[in-house]
Order: sequence, then C-alpha cells, then structure tokens
Amino acid sequence: MPMTSLQRRRRVMPGFGLSMGIALTYFALIVLLPLVAMAIKTASLGWEDYWKIVTAPRSLASFRITLTAALAATVVNAVVGLLFAWVLTRYRFPGRRLLDALVDLPFALPTAVAGLTLVTLFAPNGWFGRYLEPLGIKVAYAPLGIMAAMFFTSIPFVVRTVQPVLEDLSADVEEAARSLGARPWQVFALVIWPVILPAFLAGTTMAFARSIGEFGAVVFIAGNLPMVTEITSLLIFIRLDEFNYPAAAALASVLLLVAFLLLFLTNSLQARVLRHARRD
Amino acid sequence: MAQGSLRTLALAIGVATFAPAAHAEVDTILNVSYDIGRELYAAIDEQFSADWQAEHGAPLQVDQSHAGSSKQARAVVEGLQADVVTFNQVTDVQFLADNGFVAADWAERLPNNASPYYSLPAFVVRAGNPKGIDDWDDLARDDVQVVFPNPKTSGNGRYTYLAARAWAGEAFGGDEAKVTEYLQKVFANVPVFDTGGRAATTTFAERGIGDVLITFEAELAAIARQYGADKVQPVVPPTSLLAEFPVAVVDKVVDARGSRDVAEAYLDYLYQPKAQEIIVGFGNRVNDEAVMAAHADQFPPVRLFSVDETFGGWAKVGEEHFAEGGKLDEVFVAQ
Amino acid sequence: MPAATDGLGARLLIAAALLIALVTLVVPLALIFASAFAEGWAAYVANIMQPDTLHAVFLTVLTAVIVVPVNMVFGIATAWAVARYDFPGRKLMISLIEIPFSVSPIVAGTIYLFLYGQQGLLGPTLQSWGVQVMFSVPAIVLVSLFVTAPFVARELIPLMQAQGSEDEEAALSLGASPWQTFRLVTLPNIRWALLYGAVLTNARAMGEFGAVSVVSGSIRGQTNTLPLQIELLFNDFNVVGAFAAASTLALIAVATLVLKFLLERHAQ
Repeated sequence: MPMTSLQRRRRVMPGFGLSMGIALTYFALIVLLPLVAMAIKTASLGWEDYWKIVTAPRSLASFRITLTAALAATVVNAVVGLLFAWVLTRYRFPGRRLLDALVDLPFALPTAVAGLTLVTLFAPNGWFGRYLEPLGIKVAYAPLGIMAAMFFTSIPFVVRTVQPVLEDLSADVEEAARSLGARPWQVFALVIWPVILPAFLAGTTMAFARSIGEFGAVVFIAGNLPMVTEITSLLIFIRLDEFNYPAAAALASVLLLVAFLLLFLTNSLQARVLRHARRD
Repeated sequence: MAQGSLRTLALAIGVATFAPAAHAEVDTILNVSYDIGRELYAAIDEQFSADWQAEHGAPLQVDQSHAGSSKQARAVVEGLQADVVTFNQVTDVQFLADNGFVAADWAERLPNNASPYYSLPAFVVRAGNPKGIDDWDDLARDDVQVVFPNPKTSGNGRYTYLAARAWAGEAFGGDEAKVTEYLQKVFANVPVFDTGGRAATTTFAERGIGDVLITFEAELAAIARQYGADKVQPVVPPTSLLAEFPVAVVDKVVDARGSRDVAEAYLDYLYQPKAQEIIVGFGNRVNDEAVMAAHADQFPPVRLFSVDETFGGWAKVGEEHFAEGGKLDEVFVAQ
Repeated sequence: MPAATDGLGARLLIAAALLIALVTLVVPLALIFASAFAEGWAAYVANIMQPDTLHAVFLTVLTAVIVVPVNMVFGIATAWAVARYDFPGRKLMISLIEIPFSVSPIVAGTIYLFLYGQQGLLGPTLQSWGVQVMFSVPAIVLVSLFVTAPFVARELIPLMQAQGSEDEEAALSLGASPWQTFRLVTLPNIRWALLYGAVLTNARAMGEFGAVSVVSGSIRGQTNTLPLQIELLFNDFNVVGAFAAASTLALIAVATLVLKFLLERHAQ
C-alpha cells in the first residue's frame, strides 16, 4: 500500500497535536454542539412521525423543487465559475480587477437584498423581465427564478476555490507541454485539469450545498406556491412559525443528510483524484 | 460612546452579558413588536418619553424590536427580555401565556380584549378600479388575479383567509362545500405568496402583479402615500373581519427586572387620547368614540365579523384551520 | 504567469466572461446604486447617517473583525491537520467541516436557539449563572462563526494537498524550527488561498441575514446588524434607505478587494 510510506513520511511534520487540538475543540463547540441540540429535538419525534413528516406530498414536492433547482444552478455555476477563474488568472485585459472584485458581491449582499434585486430585474416590468416575458420566458415567480437566486448567491464558490490553485500552478509545466507540441486543449485536459479538479469539485459541492439551504434570496422571487415553487427552507420556516420545532428539525435533517452524503462522496472522489495525481 | 463601544467589544469577545439585576430605577423598557409597527411605535414612544419626563422628572427610554409576530413570540420564550409585547395576532400572545410568560387572564386585564386599536383586511386595486373589484365575491372571478401574503407565514395573510371565509360562510348560508370551492378559486387566483405583508405590497405595486392586493386597512394610507393615487386606490369592502392588535405585559420579565409599573403605565398610555390620536393617524381604527368621530371621513362604515363569534375563538381556529392538514391546507395546498 | 491574450480563443473566453459578469453581477449592482440614489445625494447621505443605521454598520464591522481572525486560525489548523496527516476519520472530518454551508441560515439560527435559548439545552443553566447568550452581541458573533466556519479551511485544503509537504520537510531538515517553517515556508505558499478564504469569510459574515435574525432579538440601535436594518427599512416602505444601506455593504466588499489588491502589490 502506497499509503504507509506517505503516512510515515508525514508523521515527521510537527504540529499535529496543536492543529488537531484547535480544529477539534473549535469544531466541537461551534458546529457539532448545536447540531447535537438539533438531533435531540428531532429525536423527540418517534420514527413513525418522522417518516410521516418527511414523506408528506408537500414535503416531497419541496425536496424535488429544491434539489432540481440547486442542481441546475450548480451546473451553471460550475461552467461560469471555471470560466471566471480561468480568465482572471490567465489573461490581462481591461476590467480584470473590476471583475475580480465583483465576484464576491453575492456574498456581501444580504440574501434578502439579492432576492429583492433579482425580482426587480426579472419582474414583468423589470430591466430583464420586459424582454424575457414577451419571449415566453418566465423567471420571476417561477421555478427558473429559484434557480436564478441560487445561482447568484453561490457564484463565488467555484471561482474562489479554483482561482488560488490556478494561480499557484507553475507555468513551466504548461510551457514544457506546449513546447513538446501539445495543443492548447491537450494542455488543459492533461496538465491543468487534473490539478484543479479537486478544488473544482470542492467548489461545486459547496455551491450545491449552499443552494439547497438558501432561503432569503429565494423567497422573494419564488412565488412560494405550495407544490410548485415552495422550497424546503420555506417549509421549515413555516413549521418554525407554527412553533412546531420537531417537524422543522425533521425537514432540516433531510437536507443535511443529502448535503452530507454528497460532500462525503465528492471528498472521497477528490482523494482518489489526488492519489492518482501523486502516483504519476 | 467610547465607553459604550468598549463594553460591546468586551461582551463580544466572550464575556457574556449579565442579565440586568432587579433595581428600583428602571430607565429603559423593551417593547417587542410586529414587523411593520416601527413608524407607529417610534411616534408613540417619542410622545410617551416626553410625557413621562414631564410627569416624573426622570428620563425613560423605550427600546423597540420589530420582526414577524410569531418569531417575536418565540424569541421572548427563548429569553428575549421584553417588558411588553405589542403583536398583531392574538395567538402569539396566547403562546406566551401558555408558556407562563404572560398571565392567563391577559385579555381581560386591559380594555377591548387588550387591543388598544384594530384594523381589518381591505383591498387595494389599480387606479380607476378597471376590473370593478369591490367585494369578496370578485376575488373568485376567473379574470381577477389576487395578491396577499402567505397565510402560513403572515398574520396579515391569516386574517385575509378568515375574512374571505367569514364572508363566504354568510353568502352561501353555511354550505361548507360551496365555501371551500369559493376559497379554492380565490387561492388559485394568487400568483405569488410573499412571506410578509409589505413584500406582498411591493409585488403588487412595484412589480405590477395582480389586480387586487389584500392587506390591513391600516396599510392603505401608507400605500397611497408611497405609490400615489395615479397608480393605486383603496377599496374597503362592505364586510370584513375584526383584526385585533393585542398587547400584554410580560410578567416573568417585569417581575425579574422590577419594571412592572413602567410597563403597565406604557400600555395604559396606548389607550389615552393622545396615543389614540397618533394610532389613528397611522390608519388604525380605535374604540375611543370621540377620536373616531373626529376622523369619521377616514373610515368608511364596515360590518365586521369577529373570530370569537364566527369561528368560536382563536384556539378553535388554530386547530380547525391553521394546523397542518387543517382547512387552510385544503384550499391552499390542494390546488 | 498570464498567457498571451492575442489568440482568438482567449478573446472569446474573455468576452464571454465579461458578458456573463455584466448580466449577473454588474446589472444587479447598478440597480442597487440606482435605487439608493433615486432621491439624490442628500437623501442618500441622510439615510446612511441615521443613528440606527450607523450603529448597524458598527455592529456588522465589529462582528466581522472578530469572526475573520478566529476562523482564519481555525481554518489553518484544520487544513494543516487534514492535509498533512493521515488519521482515522480524516475524510469524515473534511465532509463535516462543510456542514454549515448546507444548513439553511434559518436552521443555523434555530439550532443555536435549541442550545442557548431558555428552552434549550444550556440556556437555563447559563441563565442560573446570570449569563445570557441569546439576543445579544455574543449570539450574533457565534452564529456568524458557525455560518462562515468552513470558508478558510475549504480554500486551504485542496491547495495544501496539491502542494504536498516537500517544502516544509526540506526546511525542517535544514534545521528550521517548526514555527519558522510555518511562518517562512507554509504561510507564503498558502497566502493567496488564505486571503481568498478571509475575503469570503468577511463578505459572508457581513451579509448574513437569516441566521442572525433568529438570534439577534432585532432591538434597533442595539442588536440590529446591517442586513437586519435593511429589512427594517424595507418594511418601512423606505426602499431608498434600504438600498442605501445595502450599497454600503457592497462598498465594504469592494474596499476589502482593494485591500487585497494592495496586499498583492506589496507581495510582489
């Protein structure tokens, strides 16, 4: 197993105790403890009630709407994010600094402002909506709007995870490949892609995870019709307003589980990619 | 200022706040209120503080917290140190009573079910009322789009649902099938369910969605002021539903802080003519006949259903209509 | 190293990026400023200078000032542990770190209520000691820490894994102390990712709405952060004021980017 030699070599590095200590303590206090509190709330439901809540038609519809929109938003984000990161690190052109600065805008804006801005743009009388609606493209108060809001609020993820890796990638290898006669797309596919893949995967999963939890931006533009444009976060919000904590926790636990499984999957994938890269 | 910032900094670094100890001279109280009452209470608080200063020779500051009424009730139960609550739903005060924060007889402690003012669901239509919408039956027409906030997240939306149901119950002589059919039509006419009343107003007025907006009558003046008579116009239907704005002293908090006297004085003040004038100025109706007579032109006569008489009280409404799988879900979800 | 920009492919890519950015980023930003200035400069300034809004700005900046360094330390420690060592549960830990991203902000706030609220796990005990965490500045800081916890770690982990530990090993074998190695070898190697992580943490900490709104108590002039203040203004039909306040957040974001630009220059 190649792992053991790696492991032995790595054990030489100092600071394991210190870094693990900080990481675990902080993580336990800030992240795990509240999650345990939620788990206890959820556990106050019996298994039967839990199942009834999460498989109710309205819940299932909200899962379907949320996950479909998040998936679509993430695919768009993956392409656009990669494009932004590539252009920002590889080329010098007027407006590059501005573009670099603008990428973080979706995080800096409170989600409610983002939602309000998007719905103003896409409403039938908005800057975009007045041209889209005559074409029969309905964004505001439609499933497409949910996707637009999710896309907007998670734009920075892919860009900001891929960007440092691209920045770090030394040009020597690329030039060597090019001087050996590789075409640009070959350089990208064979030299660059394997290196940025782990960061790219991390970025897209984060974007997806963020999208399924998004609330503030989506409720402004979604229309919130039950079974059609009602996302799971809104359903959770409704249950909280009814003081029905266990039901809210049950719905939240489903989103968490989906996100966690997905994160675990991509992280395993990432580890495999990395091992391949190292073996070469 | 510098001292204040330092204190906040010290708190933030992790030296947690210590709950204020009970002491005699209370100079601030916290009023925890619903989301759209900020301007109203800013005006009342200013007058109250001035009068208090004049009468007692000591300053008194009223701090305000505004958010959705149910969320605020939840926050108080989780430890938000409210001396008084001023909500827009009876059920939210009842939630505090059920959790032992407010005395069980809170509704009898102050006049008019502890509601210093009230309002009712009314309509806003496009200028000139092109679709001729003036009563509840128009909402079910095929050519009418209706906008009101989500009854699951907004008290405003819940009142709208109840008002429409109360009207239909009378119009169809209590034929439950017809009432349900009517309500289903109304809900099918709604293209957007915003989470709050003001968001629904924005959707109607700024996005140009819908032919009629349903919201509290108290909102009509502000909406007309904001968007102008050339864009929208108010319509008050002949019948509607009494929407009370209940207030209560949070016993658990005032007893711990020693602020009961001030808190009670504040709520009493809301019933005084001075405060009632301010309240009416913001478009709410009051029970003070002299004040109402002076503003008769502002408020067209309306026949009001009440939750107690029409629906048998809030507890019953909660169970029958708003609980998950209740009658609201029948017309709201099953579209 | 930037490549030549004269190829047709390069130009097409740049054009596509700029066009997409125009539609998805520039136009929304333009709309915010257009709305903020809808009533002119004087109204804009008056809206920003409102005491409640100013206090909200102060509280928001204060939160970010605490949250960013704390999460940087956590992020570096976590990335170091995860990228440099193998231990049982390592993969699980990488996945767990990202959980806060997938928790709906409303839920994030609510689970803190479950923990520190009066009906929660620790709330009653803390209350008996006279400590109130909820509906105060510490609660706002805590949820902000929660929602931004993964950013720095998530930026660093892929990079540190890609880099490997050869540089550090070389330094150590040449007799550098662990601290020197970290400061002189590791830190320069990860500085961009660290910076991006910090910038993202900062932006998100300042813009967070849902989670903070659950735990802040929304007492105006005391526990209202800028995003909460924006909602309040919106609910007052003060759309211009709301967008004016929102524009300050956009400006702060741009300012952090200018800072990043200056740091980059300094580093070169």
